[in-house]
Amino acid sequence: MQDTTLLLSLTVLALAGFYAGRGRALALVGGPARGRRLHSLPGYYGMFLAMWCLLPPLTLLLAWSLFEGRVITLMLIEGLPDAQRSMSAGELNLLVNNIQNLAVGDAVSVEIDAVLREASSRYRLLQAESRRLLTVLCLGLATLGAVSAWRRIRPEFRARNRVESTVEFFLLLASSIAVLTTIGIVMSVLFEALRFFQQVSIVDFLFGLNWSPQTAIREDQVGSSGSFGIVPLLTGTLLITVIAMLVAVPVGLMSAIYLAEYSSQKVRAAAKPMLEILAGIPTVVYGFFAALTVAPWVRDAGEAIGLDVASESALAAGLVMGIMIIPLVSSLSDDAIKAVPGDMREGALALGATRSEAMTGVILPAALPGIVGGTLLALSRAIGETMIVVMAAGLAANLTANPFEAVTTVTVQIVTLLVGDQEFDSAKTLAAFALGLVLFVVTMTLNVVGLNFVRRYREQYE
Amino acid sequence: MSSVDRQQRSRTARRRVRASLARRRRRERLFRAAGLLATAAGLAFLGMFFASLIAKGASAFVQTHVLLDVETPVAALIDPVDPVGQADPIDLIDPVDPDALVNDSLRELFPLVTSRNDRRQLARLLSIDAGESVRRALVAAGAEAGTRLSIWVPAAATVDMLSKGQLDPDVEERLRPLSDVQIAWVAQLKGEGRLKKRFNSALFTNGDSREPELAGIRGALMGSFYMLLVTMALAFPIGVAAAVYLEEFAPRNRWSAPFGRLIEVNINNLAAVPSIVFGLLGLAVFIDWLALPRSAPLVGGLVLSLLTLPVIIIASRAAIQSVSPSIREAALALGASRMQMVFHHILPQALPGVLTGTIIGMSRALGETAPLLMIGMVAFIVDIPGGFTDPATALPVQIYLWADTPEPAFAERTSAAILVLLGFLLVMNLAAVVIRQRMENKV
Repeated sequence: MQDTTLLLSLTVLALAGFYAGRGRALALVGGPARGRRLHSLPGYYGMFLAMWCLLPPLTLLLAWSLFEGRVITLMLIEGLPDAQRSMSAGELNLLVNNIQNLAVGDAVSVEIDAVLREASSRYRLLQAESRRLLTVLCLGLATLGAVSAWRRIRPEFRARNRVESTVEFFLLLASSIAVLTTIGIVMSVLFEALRFFQQVSIVDFLFGLNWSPQTAIREDQVGSSGSFGIVPLLTGTLLITVIAMLVAVPVGLMSAIYLAEYSSQKVRAAAKPMLEILAGIPTVVYGFFAALTVAPWVRDAGEAIGLDVASESALAAGLVMGIMIIPLVSSLSDDAIKAVPGDMREGALALGATRSEAMTGVILPAALPGIVGGTLLALSRAIGETMIVVMAAGLAANLTANPFEAVTTVTVQIVTLLVGDQEFDSAKTLAAFALGLVLFVVTMTLNVVGLNFVRRYREQYE
Repeated sequence: MSSVDRQQRSRTARRRVRASLARRRRRERLFRAAGLLATAAGLAFLGMFFASLIAKGASAFVQTHVLLDVETPVAALIDPVDPVGQADPIDLIDPVDPDALVNDSLRELFPLVTSRNDRRQLARLLSIDAGESVRRALVAAGAEAGTRLSIWVPAAATVDMLSKGQLDPDVEERLRPLSDVQIAWVAQLKGEGRLKKRFNSALFTNGDSREPELAGIRGALMGSFYMLLVTMALAFPIGVAAAVYLEEFAPRNRWSAPFGRLIEVNINNLAAVPSIVFGLLGLAVFIDWLALPRSAPLVGGLVLSLLTLPVIIIASRAAIQSVSPSIREAALALGASRMQMVFHHILPQALPGVLTGTIIGMSRALGETAPLLMIGMVAFIVDIPGGFTDPATALPVQIYLWADTPEPAFAERTSAAILVLLGFLLVMNLAAVVIRQRMENKV
């Protein structure tokens, strides 16, 4: 049976279970008119039964679909002739792939021989068998659950409490997913990074000045080892980020000040959401803009004044990235400025300060922690930004501080290393995870510190 | 201190203040001008952005077509291979090669072009898909054999660029994709009224293609659609459930308070983790460990739902917090259980905020590119995906792929795809605003 059909029949069963459970509860006390003799509302008995009917088979279904592929592959390998079973892991993997492709009718990379044909028909058989077993087990579990729940229904049975604690369990499960995601991120980048550090020493990685991850296919080729020094990537990231912050912080901060202090209510109501549109534009669009509009423009402008500008200059990527984070700086600064009590501003004005003096002398110092926190968040955003730099920054890892040269960043390298690469064990692929680890640690530190600043400061005036 | 002394002092002070006043006012004006300038600069960026996109992309919504006169072939239509109508009607005129029809028609239009090489050059003015569109038009018309039909077929990308003014005919001949003769032919076609820009339907009905005039975003749109379905189905219920738990059920005693703080920090941090890191998670967990298929909208949707989850949780928590406590207390006082209070009273009240947060999360998911690159959704895929496990790209990834193509004719199509993407985002955000206003009015 197909998964959808199975799910559909389980749903129908659960629905039937609901009405059966409700009906049974009402029948036990003698009709809806005497429903008050039940401990819970009649619907809860229905839900209790439906729950027992649905949850066990669904759990089984989930577990099954997670492990089915692996188990079938193992059984498939088990049944192969000895000649094939003694092959290396890679060859075996390829063979299994071919068997599976043949079974679904896709192209096969080798000549189809008897072994392959026999194995693929066995594979199909195993799959069909597994599906049949799953269907029987699921429907069996559903019936079993329904019957046992049915027998537990009594007028004094606390159905609502059972249903509610189950729901609460699922709510808890849902909220733990956020935590699990973080753990998942840490685990996945950490494990792959550790595998990488078995091949490349961590000192070379952190302090090496040379980044050229192309490992040659043959041992005797030039540069066959590849070098994985992260320093040029960090400086490249830093250069682009600094340019971005030089654009975003003054513009974002000053526009927040203007909109909070000087502009009329109307201008503010129109300009603020319009600035926030900048935050909603997908980064790939910024990347396109940077690569096709800003980069040529920067190059032409540079050449006009006699500078030698690379066509993938750090300046172009940094400028556009700066535009992207203007709204982030602006809205967080706005929050911080707004949170300063009005008394402080009015006190300054009453003492004869001009509005700009009140702003720079009183309000901004008071709002500074919030602004710094916001800037840190913007910084983390700029460091982790991918698409703009992938499209507008270079690939060559130059160790330079010249904004007119092409530099590369951590995120660009992650993308370059992973896109199109199927191998999961080469140093090249694993290096991407090591870079991911660095990226995660740096941005997380910035985020936690930044959020702490913003929060602590908010509490101060509340 | 004598009164004269005091007077003297206050006078000097007043003089000093008056003298400094001009400077302070000037500084005030400068400060204000700087603020105005910054705001204007932000808005100018926005304006420049859209202006450049529209200027570049608008022309991609039309495509140059050439009018061909084609005679309906005799063989196929008079004696259909399949009189019962079982086969696809397109198969019926297969016996006649539609490319031959196109060539016949071109020969009629340019009787003076005879050499083989010239004819080949002539045929290059049309899209390689010209035969296919003639075939489709003939089948759709269903005319009797021998009748002449006028059919608009797509021109080649080079001709399209020439007629849109993106190709300078004054450049040296060997530096441009069209030869002098070809440009003359195009001018002739134009003079005869056989060259026209018509709506570029290929952009919306085709999948990706190496030929710019045939490339469309349908495949990418469907990929994004399936992905967002997965994201919606996972992130919305899980996000709301998590928010409900954290707001209403999470224990708040002395022992668990640090744990609550940890979850809080964790969720806020997760919302700010670079999206590419989520891509790494997807690659390691969903593809390497769980062995889910690469390039599939299912995996893309899973990664995007992890990405949107914090956004939805944060918005939903804020919405739940803003429900007035009197409703909570009234429900509890009337004997509702905590679960009943939440699901019957709090959530309906918080729904506008929850929905707005969800839509904003979804629009972020729609524009996300980087994590999709990690899980292999960057392949060149011509077929339009028909399910959750078919190989697919997404709209932003398609933009990335086209932006990377050296072929200049793809530049305007990239801008057009961006305009479509921004259009979707606009609709989603407007929907969020409308929902919020409607629901707020009702309550």
